[in-house]
Amino acid sequence: MQTIQTDIVIVGAGGGGLRAAIAIAEANPELNIALISKVYPMRSHTCAAEGGAAGVKGADDSLDLHFDDTVSGGDWLCDQNVVEYFIEQAPRELVQLEHWGCPWSREDDGSVAVRAFGGMKKKRTWYAADKSGFHILHTLFQTSLQFPSIKRYDEYFALELLHEDGKCRGVVAMEMRSGRFFQFNSPVVIMASGGGGQVFPFTTNGAIKTGDGMAMAYRAGVPLKDMELVQYHPTGLPGTGILLTEGCRGEGGILINKDGYRYLQDYGMGPETPIGEPVLKTMELGPRDRLSQAFWHEQKKGNTVETPWGDCVMLDMRHLGEKKINERLPLVRELASSYVGHDPVTDLVPVRPVIHFMMGGIDCNIAGETRMPGLFALGETACSGLHGANRLGSNSLTDLLVSGKRTAQQACAFAEAAGGSSDDPALTAQAESIVTGIRELLQQSGGDESISGIRREMKTALEAGAGIYRDEEGAATACEKIAGLRQRYRAIEVHDKSNVFNTDLQQALELRNMLDVAETIAEGSLERRESRGAHQRLDYTERDDVNFLKHSLCFRQPDDRPRVEWMDVTITRSKPGVRDYSGGKKK
Amino acid sequence: MELEVMRYDPEKDDAPWFQSYSVPCEEDWAILDAINYVKENIDTTLSYRWSCHMMVCGSCGMMVNGEPSLTCKTFIRSLPDKVRIEPLENFPIERDLVVVLDDVMQKLHKVQPYIIRKDDPPENEEYQQSRGALAKFKQYTMCINCMCCYSACPQYGLSNDFIGPAALALAHRYNLDSRDQGKSQRLDILADHDGVWDCSFVGACSEVCPKDVDPAAAIQQMKIDGAMEFWKQKLGFPGGKS
Repeated sequence: MQTIQTDIVIVGAGGGGLRAAIAIAEANPELNIALISKVYPMRSHTCAAEGGAAGVKGADDSLDLHFDDTVSGGDWLCDQNVVEYFIEQAPRELVQLEHWGCPWSREDDGSVAVRAFGGMKKKRTWYAADKSGFHILHTLFQTSLQFPSIKRYDEYFALELLHEDGKCRGVVAMEMRSGRFFQFNSPVVIMASGGGGQVFPFTTNGAIKTGDGMAMAYRAGVPLKDMELVQYHPTGLPGTGILLTEGCRGEGGILINKDGYRYLQDYGMGPETPIGEPVLKTMELGPRDRLSQAFWHEQKKGNTVETPWGDCVMLDMRHLGEKKINERLPLVRELASSYVGHDPVTDLVPVRPVIHFMMGGIDCNIAGETRMPGLFALGETACSGLHGANRLGSNSLTDLLVSGKRTAQQACAFAEAAGGSSDDPALTAQAESIVTGIRELLQQSGGDESISGIRREMKTALEAGAGIYRDEEGAATACEKIAGLRQRYRAIEVHDKSNVFNTDLQQALELRNMLDVAETIAEGSLERRESRGAHQRLDYTERDDVNFLKHSLCFRQPDDRPRVEWMDVTITRSKPGVRDYSGGKKK
Repeated sequence: MELEVMRYDPEKDDAPWFQSYSVPCEEDWAILDAINYVKENIDTTLSYRWSCHMMVCGSCGMMVNGEPSLTCKTFIRSLPDKVRIEPLENFPIERDLVVVLDDVMQKLHKVQPYIIRKDDPPENEEYQQSRGALAKFKQYTMCINCMCCYSACPQYGLSNDFIGPAALALAHRYNLDSRDQGKSQRLDILADHDGVWDCSFVGACSEVCPKDVDPAAAIQQMKIDGAMEFWKQKLGFPGGKS
């Protein structure tokens, strides 16, 4: 095994990891950065974000309004000190991206354009047509190339954290090309490895999103926070789960049921607004949790449309016209036409809710610090308390930038104080033991469990027990089922014995990560006995601020189900109130 | 559908070989779905890259019946019953359908694909850029680095000294951006004998591009630009964008 001494390791080269790397390289070019990613940076899932990134821009907008939208959107589970910082830094970061060349869409006067988004009272979503995440990722990747202190390790799969005396000391990774193992000794590790939507059967998330960073931190003893809070995006293409951006509705698209009725008005998001004149923060521009839950009720009532891919509602964008669709939503048009054969210019497009984003993640504070000194986290893999119980669309791309930069500052200070890494026989022994475990998994034969079989059962169990609506019995069943799958995992067999680009082994290791993440989602769904934001219980239908205005924390127990603790939410100025999506029509 | 897939494991194979899989496809599937079916249900040892399944991450470029293709965008309905899948041409094979991308990654780096300025940007304020100015380079920002164009490029096939389509289109994207002032800095690389002048303008790169980036057009414009710029700088004419 090769040992690499470095000052800072970043795991993940998506938007957040790249933003952090650039910030570190700018702040202190003397610090050596190892940027480890299991895929080439351009493949990171940031590229799939479509709609845009939120930051106050217009003269009619204010930081307070963005704060209120975010906190009420998150059903008051947001840490308000984090929200305040985020809102304030957001415009600065978006301008920074503009200076780096991001091809933002423009207004007539040449300034950056903003569009309407769900749950936002003002237009404040900066966008680059409907490929915003793609352009942000490529801008950051290309910008990062000018900094020699960023050393990339592309297609290195991070396996496990190294830690000693409660301190983070590095990471072990496998080079996919050779199957060789690398021990990165580093006083700082920043997890920027994204979410884990692949634990569910139907998701917008790419194949790479298997919760690796969350699972590594969890196994190292760091708790995962608010894992039961998983966001369904209301408009995914049936069959594939491909995302159709909220921008479709921001530009004026409407949702109708099988009778052509705009059903959202029946679920606290009415009264109906005129077609083609979208009103902010009501009807189709309500928040994602409410829209996805409304679908569930419509399906129960038999109001959805049967399609070859299951029950759907219809997204109607025809009134936007071909010119606007081509200018603002070209990818949406291409995706809907190619994958379901419905052209939004002429046809209704079938859609249904789809797993999209994890509000929860590695427990950390506003500066990305976790409970383990030296371990930091940012972006979707982290939970700083920004998104609360339901993230507003377009807050997450901005979060990559804001938390990327803020975490970098803290990590820089930590690395400077630590004064580099050093050889340590105890760490090497730890790394060797990790590698031995993986070699054994690779060699093990005669197992009667398949990776794809366990993966399928895990996904099904999680959807059944931790879907849009949950209850005690369903969540408990999911917990037991996943605990059983963890046992059965021991009897899997990796059939591919090669050292070179062994994706069979990679999938086995990703499955182990997903099982860890899945057990925290199921356990949190069971233990949060209230309904809040994306977490809706059929047996506890109300929000319970007395008992559950708290973050859940899942601690791993090697031979038992996780232990759940609760942590207070930071409230600075907004007391829990009523989420009003009536467009100001009712009090 | 019958898939004939190229296999190669450098640890045990002297040369690539083909393996056939019979896949029960659904009519709305992309070829990537059929490959995923094989991986999940028939043969877990098959290696290939993929992630987003929505035409944007650029991972899943392969040869489909001899054509460089993004496999999540190549649909069963447009293909015959027997399909041959090979790794992208013009690249060394790493394993099965996975190719070595080191060379093109270096080329992307080499063209200095970032905003170069002599002055500081306005503080906390964006640059103004008209829609027309954005439209000039927008198309060239669409490249997803799937590298299908390198696979189609006869010149790159002859010699990988050639910088090649995606990297040149990327350089052109920054040269055309009204916020950039790095054109002359990039000129030395682009006007070098391995730069734009190596392109024989067959246009194969643009034909296979799944995102309509049209790198061939970029290269042609750069040849004209490059010649103009070269003489402007050499002879000290005013008006050369520096």
